[in-house]
Amino acid sequence: MSELIASNPAESTATDGSTGITGASILLDHVTKRFPGQARPAVDGLTMEIPAGKIVMFVGPSGCGKTTTLKMINRLIEPTEGRIVVDGEDVTEMNGDALRRGIGYVIQAGGLFPHMTVATNIGIVPKMLGWDKARIAARVDELLELVSLDPALYRDRYPKELSGGQQQRVGVARALAADPPILLMDEPFGAVDPITRLRLQDELINIQEELQKTIVCVTHDFDEAVKLGDWIAIFNEGAQLEQYDTPERILGDPANEFVENFIGSGAGLKQLTLTRVADVALSDAITGRPGERAADVLARIVEAGHGHAVIVDERHRPIQWLSRRKLGRLEVVSQVPDPKLPVVGIRSTLNDALDTMLVSSAGAALVTGRRDMFKGVIDVKTVMDAITRSQSAAVLESDQAPVGLNTGLFQAQAAAAEAAPGESAPGEAAPGESASSTADARAAQ
Amino acid sequence: MSTRILKAEAGIAGGDSAVEMPGDPAASAVPVTRARLVWLSWRGLVYQLAGILLTFLGLVIWLLTANLSPIELTTLAPAALWVYTVEHVQLTLLAAVIVLVIAIPLGIALTRKPLRFLTAPVLAIANVGQAAPAIGVVVLLAFWVGFGFWAATLSLVLYAVLPVLRNTMVGLQQVDDRLIEAGRGMGMSSAAVLFRVELPLAVPVMLSGVRTALVLLVGTAALATFVNGGGLGILITTGVNLSLTPVLVTGALLVALLALLIDWVGRVVEHVARPKGL
Repeated sequence: MSELIASNPAESTATDGSTGITGASILLDHVTKRFPGQARPAVDGLTMEIPAGKIVMFVGPSGCGKTTTLKMINRLIEPTEGRIVVDGEDVTEMNGDALRRGIGYVIQAGGLFPHMTVATNIGIVPKMLGWDKARIAARVDELLELVSLDPALYRDRYPKELSGGQQQRVGVARALAADPPILLMDEPFGAVDPITRLRLQDELINIQEELQKTIVCVTHDFDEAVKLGDWIAIFNEGAQLEQYDTPERILGDPANEFVENFIGSGAGLKQLTLTRVADVALSDAITGRPGERAADVLARIVEAGHGHAVIVDERHRPIQWLSRRKLGRLEVVSQVPDPKLPVVGIRSTLNDALDTMLVSSAGAALVTGRRDMFKGVIDVKTVMDAITRSQSAAVLESDQAPVGLNTGLFQAQAAAAEAAPGESAPGEAAPGESASSTADARAAQ
Repeated sequence: MSTRILKAEAGIAGGDSAVEMPGDPAASAVPVTRARLVWLSWRGLVYQLAGILLTFLGLVIWLLTANLSPIELTTLAPAALWVYTVEHVQLTLLAAVIVLVIAIPLGIALTRKPLRFLTAPVLAIANVGQAAPAIGVVVLLAFWVGFGFWAATLSLVLYAVLPVLRNTMVGLQQVDDRLIEAGRGMGMSSAAVLFRVELPLAVPVMLSGVRTALVLLVGTAALATFVNGGGLGILITTGVNLSLTPVLVTGALLVALLALLIDWVGRVVEHVARPKGL
């Protein structure tokens, strides 16, 4: 995963087209929020950099200010002090509604308007931006495809005619409608059952691979943070940043006792979830198509020395996985999908892949990429090799960690930032100013 | 794999023709046609209208065949009855329009953020005000503004403002806060959220408040006769004062039928105006 990390946070803005990143960087600059009638600020002098095109997860105990911090990015909650900088531009004073139209926002259970159809729900922001009807309709269909819902089937449904997972998908589609560079998600998968949640997480990872937005996501589920996050920010009360680092580093080298407690037991197992299927070498497979003569397919796998052939449909999605024995008994390959096919997404974790394999009789699983297209086969041995490698690699400290600190504690740096207002003050944005040095400095206080 | 799960989910949601609720075994056992669904949803309204018409027909037949005295015949002359009914409807509708103009904007204003602290006290007062006896309000107001049509209208308005105001506020309050936040989070202005999210979602509750108010108005307008305000109430008072039972019965039945008819109209409007998808 480390090769995916942007070279330098200051460079990776939306204009950086070469990497395909469409997201925008976000800087919270000395942001404080005091609610009336509360003695302690909900967010206390938080300075935090969110690199473009990355998923940053906010985790922490309830009431720690993570949701308040999230809502200050699109100014649903106005900061009492400090600046919000999006893509180098100070948005603290701009029209809040205009700002929010340019930032996707997903809430628990999708937050769909029950009196509007799926298409109307998705088209709200484009309509506000003055798109014409044909363009909105085309965009709606495109987005429904993106979140794996058949447009013809779901376009005209009302939210109550959808399952929880489908509603959440539409919620994501709605947030992406006007192609915003930033997506804010407030406990997006909190209201769905665990199986659907895993599926939606995988899909979000796939969508992100395609779109490369900047995603800020609040969750109370540390495992979800590990699974989805490029970076994880662990907050304590008053939005005190305890650690802001990669999942590998947080699991391998927790900054303090609070973080250790928050991770909970089983850090070793959780590390298994850090490597994704995409990061390991997949085995090739012989593919066949429905309607082919089984004998032809069998001949091909015998020639390649394989035990199985993968049957893919016209969009290259796997539908069956046939052994030599099964092929031998067949006349023609059918087009009926096998409902028990062991499939994992390419962005799934090795943990999920291992789980799928153990359940399947084949001791291996099929890997699918974007839009469920077949990519290759993963087996238990590949997983074991990958685990050994990633364990030795995780110890190395990343030197590209984005800045995150509570400036209430760093008067000198705060003054420096004031002296050089800009996209990101040089003193702060310097690579290497990692969260571990933050923790050290706090310990010195 | 996701297509597979999707198909399963689509199955749960009741297939592609899902107008009926998912998971209803009867729906899958008996093929439910669209026409039948429409009939089911309109059935109650059709029965109500039929009941009203039949009762009215019964009343007419009884009046035509009954042995009425000359005084009764004069009082119950069709022309006179028509005038009373028109007066009654005028009183009701005028009061209703004034009520809507006052109560709905007031209800919206009282649920906006700057005035939200007033929501609870106003609802409490509205609930108490509802308990005040109508006849007392009508007569006391007449002493204050003078007897006649406007005194009657004013007291009717006062009386019917409460259910509309209350239902407007309750209807707006029960809109899920997260939907409002979702709207704001997408960049809708607070006015856009009000008109495109809050009000449409409050419509069912608001309309039922309006219907309640209309029915109350028809009933209460019968008291207008005490302050010389006209309407069908005159038949009831005449019937009581002069011991003319047919007049009394006719007046009471006409008021009741009018109330039921207006209730029916209200239900039809609710049925049609209810946002789809709720």
